[in-house]
Amino acid sequence: MTRQIIVPFGPQHPVLPEPIHLDLVLEDEKVVDVIPSIGYIHRGFEKLVEKREFPDYVYIAERTCGICSFIHGLTYCQGIEQIMNIEVPERALFLRTIWSEYSRLHSHLLWLGCFADSFGFENLFMNAWRIRERILDVMEQTTGGRVIQGACKIGGVRRDIDNAKLSQMSNDLGSIRKEIDELTSVFLRDNSIKHRLQGAGVLGKTDAYQMGAVGPVARASGVAIDIRKTGYAAYGKLDLEIATECEGDSYARCVVRACELFTSIDLIKQAVKAIPEGPVDVKVTGAPNGEYFSRSEQPRGELVHYVKGNGTKFLVRSRIRTPTLTNIPPLVKMLQGCELADVPVIVLSIDPCIGCAER
Amino acid sequence: MTIEEQLTTSIDIGNLFGTVEQFKNEGYRLVQISCTALGEGYEINYSFDKDYRFENIRITIREGTEVPSISGMYPGAFIYENEMHDLFGIQVRGMNVDFKGTLIRTTVKYPFGNPAPKGEEQ
Repeated sequence: MTRQIIVPFGPQHPVLPEPIHLDLVLEDEKVVDVIPSIGYIHRGFEKLVEKREFPDYVYIAERTCGICSFIHGLTYCQGIEQIMNIEVPERALFLRTIWSEYSRLHSHLLWLGCFADSFGFENLFMNAWRIRERILDVMEQTTGGRVIQGACKIGGVRRDIDNAKLSQMSNDLGSIRKEIDELTSVFLRDNSIKHRLQGAGVLGKTDAYQMGAVGPVARASGVAIDIRKTGYAAYGKLDLEIATECEGDSYARCVVRACELFTSIDLIKQAVKAIPEGPVDVKVTGAPNGEYFSRSEQPRGELVHYVKGNGTKFLVRSRIRTPTLTNIPPLVKMLQGCELADVPVIVLSIDPCIGCAER
Repeated sequence: MTIEEQLTTSIDIGNLFGTVEQFKNEGYRLVQISCTALGEGYEINYSFDKDYRFENIRITIREGTEVPSISGMYPGAFIYENEMHDLFGIQVRGMNVDFKGTLIRTTVKYPFGNPAPKGEEQ
């Protein structure tokens, strides 16, 4: 029998922007088992719900993640609005959708850059992040914040975007689309990238479903789950085509995210065309008494904010189930049987956000 | 406007296995497991989804009750069950991957659990 050794991976590693530790059980160069552990940046955000009044908790919810912060705020607000039967104005729902898709663009571009960096393609990394800057500029111009926007509130949004600006955003997306097309064609056609990614970290469709994979990880394995299909915010009024692949390897996960960049651009353009005039918020009175599992589609997959109130200003419970947390068991599965040298690329291929997972 | 109907069914802990098995057989995926401290016990929610139909089952347990693991049916459940143990102190029996309290390393033991009775240290 081959001797087994354990090689620690992380919590500090060049491909990991945030800390996660994996004990890799190896037989020669082959990974036969993986034991993950987290807890290096656990912040106990969920407990803060007992100390902050429910309207203020939006700011805490947003700070769960430094990448898809807006969607965290949206999902939390949506949960409270469902409990309190608040009718959010249509325009606010469209604005939430637009900002959500800008968040997805920014997140996927960030990931493509980090991914390129993980397999040593520095120039591609810089190009991805250069385009991402244009997306962040729009976020800053329209919300006031590049990373933490603070634009969502219970009952609507804090800021409107005037129609002239919306048209300009839609036009600018034309040139951004060209740049993204150029960028993604390198990811999808370059032979050295294909050689590096194809067949690395394969997750089959059945495993993906049974292990609870979500987002691009699930869709790259042929599981077509996308919570935007439930029609939250203004998604019910837009045409959405889910990008899926069936190979389930690191390359397929890259392809899905690349396709989703174009889907996001298309959704923003649709939303700009269809956005109605009107107010962007409603006055909220009272306090939530009830519970709701609010779901949304983050760039990394399905996000759940469970909120439970008892009629006071302080919620009884906030539970944030982030996509990275649920993608850890599938990661363990896809690492089993891979070569040690492929581990960094495979880990990054799930787009891990440990800050989210730890909360 | 209601985004989606969400059905929550309360069951006894003894029926947990059978109910989860039924979801599994019907092709539902496990969305999440979460725990809420109730003061004298805990409420645990198991959420499932199939074709965007969201269903939830709930058990309510007293302090110190051991909960059976569902990781035999849903292998990915271990992450939630270990989290529930590390944050709330819930004892889960038969997990396929048992970290024995080391998945989430916290300074305070069971930070989300019910407060210890006066005079007892948690």
